[in-house]
Amino acid sequence: MTATVPPKAPTFLGLPTAPRGVGHLRGDQSFPDAARGALRDGQLRANLGHATSTIRGKRARVVAEVPDWEQLRAAGKALKAATMARLDEHLEELERQVTARGGVVHWARDANEANEIVTRLVLATGAPEVVKVKSMATQEIGLNEALEAAGLDVFETDLAELIVQLGEDQPSHILVPAIHKNRAEIREIFARTIPGVDPGLTDDPRRLAMAARQHLRERFLRARVAVSGANFAVAETGTLTVVESEGNGRMCLTLPETLITVMGIEKVVPTWRDLEVFLQLLPRSSTGERMNPYTSTWAGVTPGDGPQEFHLVLLDNGRTAVLADEVGREALHCIRCSACLNVCPVYERTGGHSYGSVYPGPIGAILSPQLTGVEDNASLPYASSLCGACFEVCPVAIDIPSILVHLRAEHVEAQEKPTAEGLAFTALARAMSNPRLWHLAQRAAGLGRLLSRGRPTLPNALPPPVSGWTRSRDLPTPPARTFVQQWTEEHGR
Amino acid sequence: MSAREDVLGRIRQALGETRAAVPEVVRDYRQEHPTTGPELLDLVVDRVEDYRATVLRCAPADVAATVRAALDQALGAGWAAGDVVVAPGLPQEWRPEGCDVDDDRPAVQLADRAASVTAVAVAIAETGTLVLDGSPACGRRALSLLPDCLVCVVTADQVVGGVPEGLARLDPLRPLTMVSGPSATSDIELERVEGVHGPRTLVVVLVQPPRVGG
Repeated sequence: MTATVPPKAPTFLGLPTAPRGVGHLRGDQSFPDAARGALRDGQLRANLGHATSTIRGKRARVVAEVPDWEQLRAAGKALKAATMARLDEHLEELERQVTARGGVVHWARDANEANEIVTRLVLATGAPEVVKVKSMATQEIGLNEALEAAGLDVFETDLAELIVQLGEDQPSHILVPAIHKNRAEIREIFARTIPGVDPGLTDDPRRLAMAARQHLRERFLRARVAVSGANFAVAETGTLTVVESEGNGRMCLTLPETLITVMGIEKVVPTWRDLEVFLQLLPRSSTGERMNPYTSTWAGVTPGDGPQEFHLVLLDNGRTAVLADEVGREALHCIRCSACLNVCPVYERTGGHSYGSVYPGPIGAILSPQLTGVEDNASLPYASSLCGACFEVCPVAIDIPSILVHLRAEHVEAQEKPTAEGLAFTALARAMSNPRLWHLAQRAAGLGRLLSRGRPTLPNALPPPVSGWTRSRDLPTPPARTFVQQWTEEHGR
Repeated sequence: MSAREDVLGRIRQALGETRAAVPEVVRDYRQEHPTTGPELLDLVVDRVEDYRATVLRCAPADVAATVRAALDQALGAGWAAGDVVVAPGLPQEWRPEGCDVDDDRPAVQLADRAASVTAVAVAIAETGTLVLDGSPACGRRALSLLPDCLVCVVTADQVVGGVPEGLARLDPLRPLTMVSGPSATSDIELERVEGVHGPRTLVVVLVQPPRVGG
């Protein structure tokens, strides 16, 4: 795993952020550039529009039937804030409890270290392959690539992750990584990549799901090592939790001899009782169900039931840098439900790939730049209209819009040279605080009418630096007369 | 410095030397579901059926016969003795004749069986959730996972209203499986399809107390 190591390890508030050159937190393009391509893809927009409107409706129905939803949200928010306030103590307790029940706890400063630990553990078993439960943390660190580089075969077992893996694609949604593909596209991927698949396979979702069941069945039964993530880990008891639907998670958590769980350090919760809040908030927000089909919990190793070797890898990879930011740390409260993606007008149109990170959508726009340092994801805090829908649906009430604004400010303040936008706003501030200058400026702006050729908006192909503004916004043609001129004429003063 | 010391040190640095007080957690959400008695059983039936699982209600004396009826329905009458495997601690009087009992055979061998029968530790009515806790009556986790049909016997006293009441009855040190309907996926266009890797058929046998009075 000696990928091209970048020269400078970025830090934030003195704490190291996620390293460059590994994992999937940074895109190749800025958000506006990536989004431009996505917006031209009519099929993608149709797939996303259909899927997000379906899930929005489901979520709204099951949330509305819970009379104490707002109390649960407030409790979820407070529980997360309380956990973060003593994160070190809870992790130490978790380590003690997992160890006492036969598990082995490993600590990883970053993606490279986590990948090394997991690869070493898998190689030590002598198994040639691993089965994987869908996990954001392992996507974030690029674990599959690391394991494959070590000569291991990696099988994603979640249906959507399987679609992404077989299609040599990237996930575009936290919950439904293949949300950008429709049934016909999925049928085509399966027909092309699954050996021995029924040639008469149709695009009926049931038939496609059965094809995946057949494809993976034998792999589950022969698997010796599984890798999972974790939704929650209870410090006081050492209980790990995986929330899922298909049963692929149970297969991985139950059948192999060795289980390796990779978990971001922010996933710890202090007590068992805390799950009574999160197990109500998560399924309704995420799949729009009263409860997801399967939730598995385990504490260490149980003789005669499930894996007899259990490793827990606690991952930092920039999370402590996020924790250091008193405003931004709320992003660590996220329970990965993806409700904010589904309601976001920007996500619905651009899709997940435009964000360049495994964490797309509103939560990704605040989480990715903090994990990597804002300079490496500088366009993401602007990938929002600040409409606030994300805040409204968030089951732990993360104030995403405020954090977006906070990160924008941080990005602007980090600029060494003044930007055109900065200069423009400084000039605007001067003009607006002086009536004479203001009237002059207004009249000058009226000259903009010459560019409009009678249209209601100015052409967006204006010369730089103005184009930086007009490329993604309509600039209305200035009116023939300003408000003050009209007022003066009509009221004769 | 070890990675452990490093990560813990970073957390301490991030939280600062003089730490803010831990925010208070107000638990003013519902601790007890208001539904009780026969309505509670109606609620659990409604919620389990909503997942497209089957519920069969029966009296305490009729459990074995009802389990048999559930198996007949799922597997077709005339299933062979070796098709069905029951949890080792399932009460004798609940077992239909001719079922195999799970032992310490390798778990993957359970994949050959058509159905399994287990008890549960708790059933949560509001969410239609059955919880199996790895006890002898519930069996090990693979037992309720590999056979394609799962029959769970739930007694009325095991039914609680909401999630907080359910979790309070459970031992977090045991390997727990919470089951809400058959295995399902919504990964293709968010259209729900029942039955992927876990059991595609879920039947709940609900044992009701004898009715008091008329």
